[in-house]
Order: sequence, then C-alpha cells, then structure tokens
Amino acid sequence: MASFAENSSDTVHSTPPRRRYAGLLAVENRDGWLLALPFLIGVLAFWAGPMLYSLFLVTQDWNMMRPSEYCGLDNIVRLLDDELIGVSIWNTAYYTFIGVPLRLVLAFLLAIALNQNIKGRGIFRTVFYLPSITPAVASAVIWVQMLNPEFGVVNNIIGIFGIEPIAWLTNPPYAKPAFILMSLWGIGPQMVIFLAALQNLPPELIEAAQIDGANGWQRFLNVTVPLVSSVTLFNFTMGIISSFQVFAASFVMTRGGPQNATLFLVLYIYDTAFRFYRMGYAAVISWMLFAIIMAVTFIQLKVTDRWVYYEMS
Amino acid sequence: MTALQGSSGKMGQTARNRITKTLLYILLIIMGVSFLTPFVWLVTTSLKKIGAVFATPIVWIPPDPQWHNYVQVFQMLPFGRYLLNTAYITVLATIGNLASSMMVGYSLGRLRWRGREAVFGLLMATMMLPGVVTMVPLFVMFFKVGWIDTYYPLIVPSWCGNAFFIFMIRQFMRALPIELDEAARIDGANSLQILAKVILPLCKPVIAAVAIFAGMAHYNNFMGPLLYLSTNSKFTIQLGLYQFRGQQVTLWHLIMAASTVSIAPLLIIFFVGQRYFVQGFSFSGLAGR
Repeated sequence: MASFAENSSDTVHSTPPRRRYAGLLAVENRDGWLLALPFLIGVLAFWAGPMLYSLFLVTQDWNMMRPSEYCGLDNIVRLLDDELIGVSIWNTAYYTFIGVPLRLVLAFLLAIALNQNIKGRGIFRTVFYLPSITPAVASAVIWVQMLNPEFGVVNNIIGIFGIEPIAWLTNPPYAKPAFILMSLWGIGPQMVIFLAALQNLPPELIEAAQIDGANGWQRFLNVTVPLVSSVTLFNFTMGIISSFQVFAASFVMTRGGPQNATLFLVLYIYDTAFRFYRMGYAAVISWMLFAIIMAVTFIQLKVTDRWVYYEMS
Repeated sequence: MTALQGSSGKMGQTARNRITKTLLYILLIIMGVSFLTPFVWLVTTSLKKIGAVFATPIVWIPPDPQWHNYVQVFQMLPFGRYLLNTAYITVLATIGNLASSMMVGYSLGRLRWRGREAVFGLLMATMMLPGVVTMVPLFVMFFKVGWIDTYYPLIVPSWCGNAFFIFMIRQFMRALPIELDEAARIDGANSLQILAKVILPLCKPVIAAVAIFAGMAHYNNFMGPLLYLSTNSKFTIQLGLYQFRGQQVTLWHLIMAASTVSIAPLLIIFFVGQRYFVQGFSFSGLAGR
C-alpha cells in the first residue's frame, strides 16, 4: 500500500488513484460519501426531484382543486399567445440589464473610495452595508413612502434641483426606474467584496507600474481593474441571476402595476400558480425563465473569459 | 530626499492631494447621508401623529415624539406571537444549516474520496441554478405530503446543507493543517470525532459567520412564509408586517413603527457581530488569496 502522505501539501487536495482501497483510504472513501449525504439528499429532494416533477407538470392542466388532466403541449402553445409574457420579459430584462451594471459601477466606485487612505473607513462601510440587511417587506414599506409623489423624500430632493414631482409608482414609465433606484440602496455586499479584493491586491504590481512611469489613471485602468476582474465577473454574474428573479419588492409595493409596468417574471409565475391556479402553465413559464437565465449566464461567462484574470494560487 | 519648498511642482502636488482628499470625503459623506436617509425617515415617521406624516416641508425631527405608537402596534398586531414563530423557525433552520454544512464542508474539504470533485462541481452548479424553477413544483410536493401551513417546508431543507455555506466552510477548512487530522487518526479517532473534536473548535470564526448569515436569511425570508403559511397565528414577522400593511393602508405611522420593530433585532445582531460579517466575506475566498 503506497504511503498516502508523500507530499503534505498534496494530501488534502488530490484524490487517490483508482484502485481497491484498504485501511484508511477505504475509511475516508466511505466517510466522505456519508458526510456528504445531507447535501446529496437535499439535491435530490429539493432540486432534481422538483425539476423532474415540473417537467411532468408542464403537460398537465391542473388547478389544484380537481384532478389534473393531460393536455400535451397546450401550455407551451399558450406561452406563445400570452401577451403578458412579452411584457414581463421586457420588464425583467429592463430591470436587469440597466440595474445590474449600475449597481456594479456604484459598488466599485464606493469600494475604490473606501480603499483610499481615509479615516472612518469602518463607519462608511457599515453605513453602506446596513441597507442590505433590511428585510424586503420593511424596505418596501420605507420606499413606498420615500417615493410618494407629494411628500416623499425623493421628490423633495429632486425638487431642490427644480424638477417637477414625479409619480414614481403610479406613472408607468417611472415605475421601473424607481425600482432600479431602490435597488441601488442594497449594493453593500457587492461593495464589501470589491473592497476586500482591492485591499488584497499585491502591491508589487502597482509599484512596478509606478516605477515604469504609469500615472494614477493608467495604473488604475491597466493594473487595478484587470486584477479585480474575477471579482467583477462574480458580482456581475450573481447580480444578473438574482436580478432576473426579483420578486418581493414588486409584490409588496406595486403588485405588478401600474398597468403591468412592474410585472416581473417571478411575480407573473406566482400569480399564474397561486392566484389563477394554473399549475401547468406556471411550470412552463418557470422553465422558460430558467432557460433564459442559464443562456445569459453561459453567454456572459464565455464572452468575458478572455478579459478575466485569475491569479493562480 | 529633496526638500519640498521651492519646487512649485511638489507643493502643487501636495495641495492637489489635499483637495482630492477633501472632495473624496465630501462625496462619501453625501453618499453616506443618502444611504442613511431611508432609515432616518423610517424612525422619524414612526414617531409622528397620523396627521403629521404627510406634512410638507418634511419634518425630520418630530417635536412631539409619539412613543405610544409602538405600544399601539403591539396591541394591534400579535407581534409577540410573530416574534416567537420567527425565532423558532430561525433557530432550528440555522442550526440545521450549520450542522449539515459543516459535515459536507468537512467531507469536501478534508476527506479524500472518489467522486469528491464531481460532488464539488455539483455544489458549484447549484449555486448558479435559478431557484425559481423549483418554486411551483416544491409547493405542489409539499402540498401532497400535507406540509402546507406547517413550518416543515421552512426548516427541513436547511438540514440538507446550503451550497454557499458549504463552500465557505470548505474553503476555511482547507487552510487548516492536515497534520491535525492525521494525528487524530493515529490516536484512533473516526471521521466524525475528528470533525467534532479537532476541526470544529478551530472553525469558530466561520461558524459565527455562517450562523449570522443563515440566521438573517431565515429571519428575512418572505417568500417562504408567504407560500407555505396560511394561518395567521403561525405567521412570521415579515408576513405579519405585510398583512398589517395591507389591512391598515392609511396608518403610516403605525406601519413604520411595526417595520422598525421588525428591523431592530437585525440591527442589534449586526452591530454586535460586525466583525463576523466582514470575516464571512473573506472566507468565501472571493476576494482574497
């Protein structure tokens, strides 16, 4: 039996070669599977199972009250006829593709600002992070008030600049911008991640650039930004995935209105399943959203692959 | 080092730096105030009389704080009940998250077994899967086993690990020296004993971080209770607040007071455990080496 501790740094990270195990390796092999069981059971019960069942649901016409009836691909056909689908896709795409980059940029700018040699960095970091721990319902309650056309804080502030009051949540063109504005309040986690990355940058590279004559702006563009590109990609990807699934704010504040301006996809799925009791159709829309998110994520990872720098650790 | 005086270039540089610094501070303060404004508005409004809520121009500090608004909220809403329910769910679910994630994190991070990398890949995949696709079928499944209007759907899944926490724990555990496990094995410990007696005590920081993140996530959970709970006496704080707002649409001062009460525990935990928040982010390994 080969010694299993040839190279101390290796042992935890490499898996042993394929062969029958005896002794310790067999024990670890068994225990590894045993201890990983909770996760594996969870994946089966709460991911794979439901997803498979959902595929079956797609073919059913069911309202939960009477037995379900097989209806073939009718639900998918309905998807193509439904005008609210187009509306909700547009709403969700708008919110995602405008909101995510805005949030990313703001988080990054704040992180850079806090990375400078300033006093009170801890306080600022706390202040910027605090809103993100606010529960969705409380947040929605606060912002409905802040966005009130007559006495809301937002209109008061823009009034200082001479802008007429805007009926944020009742005037359709302004509803989604209101949501995006509100989402900027929660950039805390992204900012903290950026800040941690910036503070962990190897100073040698930046110093080297400085010695080579690069000025501050050039150092930023050509050294700092590429070095944090993997973190940027992470924030961007996760931002897109979560943004596509926005729900609580639109449910509590506008319930999809005004005139379906904030009818996002998950809200539409919720209504289809739990207000109109069309379980099969809801399953179809869910799969459509799933496919959209996976496609966007895949494209994005492929496209940005060349631009992202991963430090080999 | 050349002297600074006399060279107007160098003097200009220092002055420019100071101006930039000052501008930076001003910008940060403006942003900071903007981020705090909603909270200030929340507390301010919660202390006003109903008529004063709609006052223009905005009154930032009410001259006659109506502290009894908070008492009224507790009279109108079974807040105590909601708090107990929420605590029950949060504690059980967080313990579940911790126990299961520690086990799986240990398995993926310190044990060597065939298939480990495949399972790790599965872990990363589930982190990116959109959860929306399971919303409807999970509800139906829970419905069929009679778990609707119980706390089971909100607690049981947490006992099967959580991809992000498992990842965080795995990263943390990988940094511990393997000699510890080896020594314990020589002493005759089995894997579970190694985990519990040797590794766990060293994991306090990541345990604290996971406990805080998990606890907050369960406390803030809105969609779960919304989908699965229908009896009012079983509601959580978030659901209770939502219903309160729906019933008392015009009583803004009370709604704000109720919202403040719902946020208070989080703020306390945050300020007490601030250290672990920041630590938690670095454990995920996203940002540092």
